Amino acid sequence: MAEAAPLPLAADTDSLAGGGTAVDVRAVSHQFRLSGARLPVLDGIEFSAEPGEFVALLGPSGCGKSTLLRLIAGLERPTAGEIAVGGRPVDRPDPSRILVFQDPTLFPWASVRQNVTTGLEARGVLKQERGRVGEALALVGLAGFADAYPHQLSGGMAQRVALARALVNDPALLLLDEPLGKLDSLTRLTLQTELVGLWQRNGFTALLVTHDVEEALLLASRIVVFSDRPARINAEFRFDKPYPRHRDAPDLVAMRRRILGALGFAT
Amino acid sequence: MTDAAQTFDDLAIADPTSTFGGIWRSGVLAALSWAAAALITVGLPDVVPWGSAKLFAGLTAGAAAVFLVLSFVVQRLGRAGEVLRHYGPWFVAVGVWLALWELATAKFGWLPKPFFSPPHGILNVYVTDGPRLLLCIVYTLRLWSLGFLSGIVVGYGAGVALGWSKPFAYWGMPLLKLIGPVPATAWIPVTFYFFPTTFGASIFIVALASGIPVAILTASGVGSVSRAYYDVGRILGARSWYLIRRVAIPAAMPHVFVGLFMALYYSFAVLVVAEMLGAKYGLGWYIQFQTAYSGYANVYAAIIIMAVLCAGIVRLLFVVRDRLLRWQEGFI
Ligand SMILES: Nc1ncnc2c1ncn2[C@@H]1O[C@H](COP(=O)(O)OP(=O)(O)O)[C@@H](O)[C@H]1O
Ligand SMILES: [Mg+2]
Repeated sequence: MAEAAPLPLAADTDSLAGGGTAVDVRAVSHQFRLSGARLPVLDGIEFSAEPGEFVALLGPSGCGKSTLLRLIAGLERPTAGEIAVGGRPVDRPDPSRILVFQDPTLFPWASVRQNVTTGLEARGVLKQERGRVGEALALVGLAGFADAYPHQLSGGMAQRVALARALVNDPALLLLDEPLGKLDSLTRLTLQTELVGLWQRNGFTALLVTHDVEEALLLASRIVVFSDRPARINAEFRFDKPYPRHRDAPDLVAMRRRILGALGFAT
Repeated sequence: MTDAAQTFDDLAIADPTSTFGGIWRSGVLAALSWAAAALITVGLPDVVPWGSAKLFAGLTAGAAAVFLVLSFVVQRLGRAGEVLRHYGPWFVAVGVWLALWELATAKFGWLPKPFFSPPHGILNVYVTDGPRLLLCIVYTLRLWSLGFLSGIVVGYGAGVALGWSKPFAYWGMPLLKLIGPVPATAWIPVTFYFFPTTFGASIFIVALASGIPVAILTASGVGSVSRAYYDVGRILGARSWYLIRRVAIPAAMPHVFVGLFMALYYSFAVLVVAEMLGAKYGLGWYIQFQTAYSGYANVYAAIIIMAVLCAGIVRLLFVVRDRLLRWQEGFI
C-alpha cells in the first residue's frame, strides 16, 4: 500500500485547535521493584514546559524516558515528587494529555475509524463530536482509509492513525515516546514534517522522547538531555529557530555537536 | 498450439478433475459406478429382503443420469462447475462403494443381517420410520441448543469475570481447574438425583460440558490481553466497563472461539449419553432403543443423521468465526 498524500495543512478543521498547557515536573524520582530489588529509574527530575512549547527529551536507552512520560500521562504515580499539568496535579490518565507510543498499538479488531473514535466514545461525547473523527483522519492524510483494518496499513500509516486517535480528543499536551523510532528513514522524514505542521496548527504542548539528536533539533525549541539510569537532567539547550529547519544548516550542525558532547560522544 | 501447451494438455488427462474432448471424465465414471449400484440393487435378489430396493435403485439411477448430463455441461456451470469437478473422484468412489456395499450385504450375505445393512436397508428406515426420526431430530436439537447455549452464555460470563477480576480469579480459578477436567458424564448420577426432571438434568449435563471449555479459554484470553491495549484505553479516558467491553472482550475473541469449538465437540459427546438415560425421544434414545431390538439399520440411519447435523453445526461455527475474526491477519 502506498503512503498517503501530503498533509492538507490549511484544512478547514479548526475545531481541533485548542492550544497548549503548562507542564511542571517537580523533584520527581521513581523506582521499580524487580524481583525484590529496587531499581531506581528517575532521580530528582525537575523541569517545566510552557504552554505550546515543543520540548525534546534525549537520553541513553533504558535511562527512564518512557517511564517519565508514563508518569506525566498519569498511567503510574511517581515514588517521590510532584507532576502538574495545567496547574493541576496529575493523579490519573486524562484525554487532555495523550501519550503516543513507539508502537502504534492500534486495536487490531477495530477499523481505523473505530480506533480513532475510541477516545470520544469512552468519554461519552461521540454523539456531539462525531464530525471530528473525519477531520482527524483528514488531518493525517488518511481520509480514504476509515474502513481499513490495522493489519492492512503500513507502519507509517498506522502511526498516523495513532496520531489521529490522539488528536481527535484535542489534547493540550501530546506526549510522544519515540513515535517515529520504528519507521523507515523516508517515512520518518515525512512524518517529522507532518508532526511540526500538526503542532503549529493545533498549538498543543509537545514532549518528544527520541534517541535521534537530529530529529530533536528539527522539531523542538528546547532539548533536555538525561544521564544514564537513574536519569538526571544533564543539560538543557534552547534552539529557537524558525521552521522548516534544514539538517545541514550550520547552526543546527553546531548545536548537534554540542548535544552529542553532552551525551558523552566526543566529536 | 505450442509444445509447452501440448505437454500441459497431456498432463491434464492424467488429472481426474480435468475434462477430455469437452467431456468431464470423472462425471462419466461416476455415472457408470452409480448405474452399476442401481443395476446390482434391482438385478440381484436380496438374501433376506430389506425393502425399498426399487426406490434405492431409482435414486441411484437418477443420480447416474444427472452425472451423465453433467459430464457434458459441467464446463458451462462456472463456479459451481469447478466445485463439482473438484469432487469428481469422490462421486466415482461413492458409487463404487455403494455397489460393493450392496454386494457384500444384501446380495451375497457376506456381512449378515441384522448387524449389517445394505444402503437400501437404511433408506428403508427413512421411508418407514421417517416421522419418528424427525421427532427425534427435533428433540435432540432442542436439548442440544438449550444446553449448549445456556452453557456457553454462563461459561463466557464466568470466563470474562475470571479473566478480569482478581477476586473472582482468586476464588474461581482453583475451582475451575479442579472441576474442569472431570468428564461431564461423571456428574450424571448425581444430577439425575438433584434435578426434578430428566430433561432438566440432561440440559445441565450438556451445559456443563460446553460451559467449562468456554470459561477456561475465555478467562485465559481475557487474562492474556496485552497491557499496552489497556494503557491506550485508559489514556483515551476509558473506565473499567469500557475497557471490558471494547478491549478485553474483542481481544479475547480468538481464544473464545477455540473454547467454542471444544464446547461443540464435548456437547455432542455428552448429548447422546444424556439422551440414553431416560429420555423419551431423541437420536441418542433412538439408537439405544433400536439396539435393544437389533434394529441396526435404524442405528446406522440415526448415526448418519447425527453426522450430518454435527458437521453442519461445526461448519456454521466456522462461518461465524470467519466473520467475527475478519480483523485477524491472514483472514482477508
Ligand atoms: N514496569 C516496569 N517494571 C520494572 N522495571 C521497569 C518497568 N518499566 C521499565 N522498567 C525499567 O526501567 C528502566 C527504564 O525504562 P524506560 O523508561 O523504558 O527507559 P527508556 O525509555 O529511557 O529507554 C529500564 O531499565 C526498564 O527495564
Ligand atoms: Mg523508551
